Amino acid sequence: MNINATLIGQSITFFLFVWFCMKFVWPPIMQALSERKQQIADGLAAGERGKHELELAGKRATSELQQARQKAGDIVAQAEKRASQLIDEAKSAAKVEADRVMAAAQASVEQEVVRAREALRSQVAALAVAGAEKILRREIDSKAHAALLADIQNEL
Amino acid sequence: MASEVLTSAEYIRHHLQNLTYGRLPDGSMGIAHSAEQAKAMGFWAINLDTLSVSILLGVILLFLFRLVAKSATSAVPSGGQNFVEWIVEFVDNSVRGSFSGRNALVAPLALTIFAWIFLMNLMDLIPVDWVPHLAKALGVPFFRVVPTTDPNATFGMALSVFALVLYFSVKVKGVGGFVGELTLQPFGKYGLPANLFLEGVNLVAKPVSLALRLFGNMYAGEMIFILIALMFGSGMGLAAFGGVLQWAWAVFHILIITLQAFIFMTLTIVYMDMAHQEHH
Repeated sequence: MNINATLIGQSITFFLFVWFCMKFVWPPIMQALSERKQQIADGLAAGERGKHELELAGKRATSELQQARQKAGDIVAQAEKRASQLIDEAKSAAKVEADRVMAAAQASVEQEVVRAREALRSQVAALAVAGAEKILRREIDSKAHAALLADIQNEL
Repeated sequence: MASEVLTSAEYIRHHLQNLTYGRLPDGSMGIAHSAEQAKAMGFWAINLDTLSVSILLGVILLFLFRLVAKSATSAVPSGGQNFVEWIVEFVDNSVRGSFSGRNALVAPLALTIFAWIFLMNLMDLIPVDWVPHLAKALGVPFFRVVPTTDPNATFGMALSVFALVLYFSVKVKGVGGFVGELTLQPFGKYGLPANLFLEGVNLVAKPVSLALRLFGNMYAGEMIFILIALMFGSGMGLAAFGGVLQWAWAVFHILIITLQAFIFMTLTIVYMDMAHQEHH
């Protein structure tokens, strides 16, 4: 354990090692470390941002949903109103139509009645004339009494 | 182990002898085969074991770190990258906590110191007999596998740190500022000699304490491992007790080697911080 030139050798070795470490070992490792630190920080920030955005989106979705629900309610109410309106309209239209049909039927019935009466009258007149003809065959000349017969026919 | 050819003292001395390369007494260059020969070599000798193990560990360490650094991505890290990042972040936090200046050198310096010293200390957990016996089998007389139990290694690092502290002190404060810091406080300019003495001691104490703390801890730890290992050769009972002791000491040593590496790193950061601070 004498002090000898090993001291100098050790010193030179030491400086060489330190130089190598400083030149080729330390910088790349520190570079990688700081880069990873940056990446982690960025990732955390992005995560925070994402969380915030998610919260905002949730709020937006809720309000949107509320709006949509409101709108749907409005639409339903409007539709109901329109439906009842339509029903009312249909009802009144049907009533008018029914009245019209009824009136027409009545008119046609009356017409039929008139026509039937007319026919009946002419038949009765014909019968009466035929009866009278049979009775009066011999004494009445149909030609001579035509004016009279027409009168009777008109009166009936 | 204490066999009939080796006494306990010889055993300990053998385990504490570095593999030294230098000028032998007969004038040729070679490996010292005894402590006396190693001592006779003087300053211009090299501890081959200290240098080879520390360089090998450092190269392995930097190779692994470089491997991770080259493929480092900011995506999900793989297991190896995760582990290295964990160490790097630990060191980076220590530097951020203690170092207030701006210097791109300090953090890599701290990482190198921490990881390298930890690995060198870790060699202490290899059972003390394995490596010397393996070396003996290969024909190498001595081999201490823990570089940090060699004061050359710890002083080499501490003095390098000290040189950096001096360099940055002068660079940040200027020569005048640094000399002023050494001479004009704490007693003002009339107490200049006392100031210089106090601050001088303060300054010199930094590398000395840095080196001796690490060396002392590791040397003492190794010594205890060696003493425990001595028990293995003295009867079954003592050997079993020694085994338990060695296990316990190794577990405790895991804490010590980490702590010493951490302390060396933290003090380096603090000294570098002081070099960058202008408080006058």
